[in-house]
Amino acid sequence: MSLTRQDVEKIARLARLSITEAEMPVYVTSLSSIVDFVDELSRVETDNVEPLAHPLEGQRLRLRADVVTETDHRESYQANAPQVQAGLYVVPRVIE
Amino acid sequence: MLHTLSIGELARRLAAKEISSVELARHFLERIERLNPSLNAVITLTADQALEAARAADRRLAAGERGRLLGIPLIHKDIFCTDGVRTSCGSRMLENFISPYDATIVTRLKAAGTVMLGKSNMDEFAMGSSNETSYYGPVRNPWDTTKVPGGSSGGSSAASAARLAPFTTGTDTGGSIRQPAALTGVTGVKPTYGRVSRYGMIAFASSLDQAGVLARSAEDAAAVLEVMAGFDPKDSTSIDTPVPDYPALLDAPLKGLKIGLLREFFDGLERRNAALIRDALEVYTSMGAETLEVSLPHLPLSVPTYYVVAPAECSSNLSRFDGVRFGYRCDQPKDLMDLYERSRGEGFGPEVKRRIMTGTYVLSAGYFDAYYLKAQKVRRLITDDFRKAFEKVDLVVGPTTPTPAFAIGAKVDDPVTMYLNDIYTIGANLAGLPGISAPCGFVDGLPVGLQLIGPHFSEARLLSAAHHYQRATDWHRKTPGGYQ
Repeated sequence: MSLTRQDVEKIARLARLSITEAEMPVYVTSLSSIVDFVDELSRVETDNVEPLAHPLEGQRLRLRADVVTETDHRESYQANAPQVQAGLYVVPRVIE
Repeated sequence: MLHTLSIGELARRLAAKEISSVELARHFLERIERLNPSLNAVITLTADQALEAARAADRRLAAGERGRLLGIPLIHKDIFCTDGVRTSCGSRMLENFISPYDATIVTRLKAAGTVMLGKSNMDEFAMGSSNETSYYGPVRNPWDTTKVPGGSSGGSSAASAARLAPFTTGTDTGGSIRQPAALTGVTGVKPTYGRVSRYGMIAFASSLDQAGVLARSAEDAAAVLEVMAGFDPKDSTSIDTPVPDYPALLDAPLKGLKIGLLREFFDGLERRNAALIRDALEVYTSMGAETLEVSLPHLPLSVPTYYVVAPAECSSNLSRFDGVRFGYRCDQPKDLMDLYERSRGEGFGPEVKRRIMTGTYVLSAGYFDAYYLKAQKVRRLITDDFRKAFEKVDLVVGPTTPTPAFAIGAKVDDPVTMYLNDIYTIGANLAGLPGISAPCGFVDGLPVGLQLIGPHFSEARLLSAAHHYQRATDWHRKTPGGYQ
């Protein structure tokens, strides 16, 4: 196994994912097999190769005029929220 | 038998008032109600909205307006936001999400007068190659309901193949239009990255995602793509370049076209599949095309490259699902961390969690250079291979998938085996290239796809090449038994 249970617990915490006891061994095995699989890349000679982040390189990000284009959608957006109160999103208490 | 007709023929009959858009919508809604239980391809039916849109299209037709898609029904993949209609992305996370706006492609197709019948099932957040990762259950292949329809646009491919709509929409991040099109015997087009707007299309891997169409012929697909494509200021990677009149360019002469046969695409390919691809090439040669072998030496690395880049981007994109603003929230969270972790842990399925964790790992401190940066370098090598090939040939061809449709359940326990199913399709996504899969025969009664890939913005040439092939063959006209 290229990843230990502790590794997977750490990754899950970073990703903010709760993983049940029953699921844990499955993720240790499958994530290890994926990491082993992508490790094939380490054998490729890439000295002097520039990383490619975007398939159409050279495209410049556009600037738009600094004008208001969005209107107020609070009500329709909050209709999808799990819990709202007085137009605010409700979460468990953060500051004691 | 309205469901057997091409989009062009339906548009002609609508214009001649031989049929109405309402009749057409009712015909397909009846088919969905009768046939969908055997397939699970459609997960939301919008019958009332469909009839309303059809009546509006009939009024436009009565007023003398004409359009290639005016009054034509369709089914949208449930990854596209549809105003006032549930948009689940195949996930429990968005089970109750009613989109407050339309994706740009939905807006464009609505404006053209299309009639949405419903939304199609898909792998959860488009992560899968078999439609088995959907929270709403697997989709079945109409050619054999014990087999998968491919994925992630498996609901769309099954619906197109079973004639539940004249066409369906899809998205393709690593093959998610072309692979299911191949496995169900329909024509699937993945356009150039940036050709079609991604606005309102729920993001998976933003440097790879592209929307497209699944239809029953290149001719039908050309009519749809012409409407879907085009610049959108709401998508920062949308390309501002004119959209050719794809249907008008279908008959462009094929003679002299240089077709490259991809050597690497035949390594390990099953003999009978390989024979069908070679038969298709002979059809092209007989029509005056020139074929030569080309090599993309780095192509075998495309799957490991993709499984670093795509999960990395997915882990970032899916961080928006936090149980606060929209989507699933767990019961009784004890604090904010518990709310995040359990909402995401319970709202996402196993494959999505696996990819988020893979992405988190390759982006984490100490591993970024070894995995993510390395993968981006190999991505350049693969892209350069294609560029060099297109100095010699106009387009390259090969199979779309290594095998025909496999059994439901056969690969679910082994993610790497499942990932390898996309070995022939991922390269085009990494390089941002357009590709088409068109039916080219059968193995054991299951359809096989021929894949054509071209340089950036060569959709017109690809559609034309597929159209010439479909005029010389009738594989694309075959309909699965029970769905004729």
